[in-house]
Amino acid sequence: MDFLIFKAPMLMVQASLDGILLGILFALIAYGMALQWGVMNIINIAQGDLVILGGYIAYTIYLWGIHPAWGVIISPIIMFFVGWALYKLVINKVVDRDLFISILATFGIAIVFQQLMNFIFGADVVVAQSEYGTTMLFDNSVTLPNSKIFSAFISVLYAIALVIYMRKSKLGRAIRATAQNARAAKILGVDTEKVYAATFGINAALCGIAGALISITLTLHPYVGLPYTVRSFMIVIVAGLGNLPAVAVSGMGLGLFEEFADYILGTEFRIGAVFLLLVLILVYRRFKLSRKREYLK
Amino acid sequence: MNKIAKLFVTFISAITLALVSITSSFAKVEGEYIVLGSAISLTGKYSSNGVHTQNGYNMAVERINKMGGVEVQGKKYKFEIIYYDDESNPKRAAQLAERLIKQDGVHYMLGPYSSGLTKAIAPVTEKYKIPMVEANGASRSLFTKGYKYLFAVLSPANQYLEVAIDLAVEKNGGKGVKIAQAFEQDAFSQDVRLGILDAAKRTGSEIIIDDKLPKELNDMAATLAKVKAVKPDVLVVSGHTKGALTAIRQISEMKVDVPMLAMTHCDAAKLSKQHGKKSEFALCASQWHKNLSYKDKFFGSGKKYAKDFQKEFGYDPPYQSAESSAALLVFKDAFERANSFDRDAVRDALVDTEMQTFYGNIKFGPGGQNVAKPMILFQVRCKGDDCENRVVAPTKWASDKFYHPIPKWSERS
Repeated sequence: MDFLIFKAPMLMVQASLDGILLGILFALIAYGMALQWGVMNIINIAQGDLVILGGYIAYTIYLWGIHPAWGVIISPIIMFFVGWALYKLVINKVVDRDLFISILATFGIAIVFQQLMNFIFGADVVVAQSEYGTTMLFDNSVTLPNSKIFSAFISVLYAIALVIYMRKSKLGRAIRATAQNARAAKILGVDTEKVYAATFGINAALCGIAGALISITLTLHPYVGLPYTVRSFMIVIVAGLGNLPAVAVSGMGLGLFEEFADYILGTEFRIGAVFLLLVLILVYRRFKLSRKREYLK
Repeated sequence: MNKIAKLFVTFISAITLALVSITSSFAKVEGEYIVLGSAISLTGKYSSNGVHTQNGYNMAVERINKMGGVEVQGKKYKFEIIYYDDESNPKRAAQLAERLIKQDGVHYMLGPYSSGLTKAIAPVTEKYKIPMVEANGASRSLFTKGYKYLFAVLSPANQYLEVAIDLAVEKNGGKGVKIAQAFEQDAFSQDVRLGILDAAKRTGSEIIIDDKLPKELNDMAATLAKVKAVKPDVLVVSGHTKGALTAIRQISEMKVDVPMLAMTHCDAAKLSKQHGKKSEFALCASQWHKNLSYKDKFFGSGKKYAKDFQKEFGYDPPYQSAESSAALLVFKDAFERANSFDRDAVRDALVDTEMQTFYGNIKFGPGGQNVAKPMILFQVRCKGDDCENRVVAPTKWASDKFYHPIPKWSERS
């Protein structure tokens, strides 16, 4: 595509809006990852598979004749308990170990989840219909699916709710204290075990919301979780831990970057461009760190 | 160890060895059974199509056995299939093919599901000179490697959507058309793409968008925005079931108006069921449709097959099942013409196959692909919320007229 985007300015608008709407959704998933990474020091490879599981929950209620948008309430509730159970069964055994063990453990969980979903829901690609229609702008030349607008709106809503919860509630404060210094928190009477379980549960619930939104905007399949893990990993790497505004910006930035890479480099390089960016950012960060003294300590 | 014990051990091992070699050399035909082997995806990402394939095989085995089986040298034999689950994994499939041949002594193979897995197994069957009739590997590269023991009852992938381009050109008064295309980067879809390139060259058509979709694709918004901007005459999409579902979802949501939309995997994706009216007018390539008028004495017609299949398995047969059933009809025919269980005699008989089945005519080309059966195109048409697939091309088999151009979204209810 020889730079079609520069010949048709409306495409630029379309690409930007598509990118931002998608990016907000990614940011929600990434926020969950940043949260439990920050608190528990665990990189959750199964993040994307939790998302897909959340999507299948929404899809199931859709099959029962309930509007799939209810999934954004039902799915996180169920997923919270899934996350809690997962913590009690597996994660608590690896939470104090080094990062590598946690990657292995969550990688295992990812495989188990994929196979289970394949077994329960089948290997067919499925979609839930929201019938939300389309918003048309600029005399029809830019079209935005209302389902995407809805999903961005819900993501923002939940993100704000979570930030307030983290600031105001007792558990939220306990989670933040544990993230800062688990040992000190423990000494001061915080039940860190419970905090970890709740954090993992909250992360799973966020994945549940994102999954429900994906079921009405994109497609579901038991084996498509990994791209979501990779994207959220990338967003977190760029934004750093425990910095929600940065996660939101970096999520939208990634969405934009992907869309524009698609137009300028071609669709086949879309994912490749994301990985290239990841490498560049890691190299740059290392370079920046190496210039600071603290890196040498 | 004393001498007698040593002698005893040797004796026992000799007998075991002899037994093993005897059973394996006769394993191809055990008593009244002709044993076929197949590695098939019962778990993993291809499991739903794997099961369709297995159901197709099983249905044919049951039917052939019930109707007298296979007659070789005046004796009646029945079919039996040994299945192993390849977990949708090519490496595993190749291992299982070895196991079927070396341990289970299978001398005739049925194909797995998908081009990728067939590609993994073909070198193994070729090495051991085992005739394999496959029904679910359409990739063109399978038929250009000079395999001598591979036979496919289906049309190769590059033929999938060629008919669609011809149709578009015909509707354009014989002049070339502008084509926008998006194909997943996998062996099958890229073969479909090659077919389109050939057709474009032949008809003087121009390709104005040529996107290659990543495998983890679930968003085609960028491609579709481009399509909206350049207004092609035909949009061609191939990316398995995920591609078909994503395309319809986003075309309808982004209100992309194209006069013609051609795709693959519509029936596997249950497009008309999952997307309902939004999928109307989509043109889909298919190996088979139950309304075609081919006939054989085992299943009768396509419609009869669909009815029996529905009764047995509780769902309408996708073409993956039909072609799998046809593979067994081919084997039966070859065994009877060879009138022997000699692998090479059976292979030679397969080469000379020329028959009609409920699934279509079958005659193998030099590469092993079926050259006697054209691809068909059906179009999704809806009455109210009830949608069904109607055959519109090629004209000889068409039951309905091709609806062209697709009405604009603003005019669709």
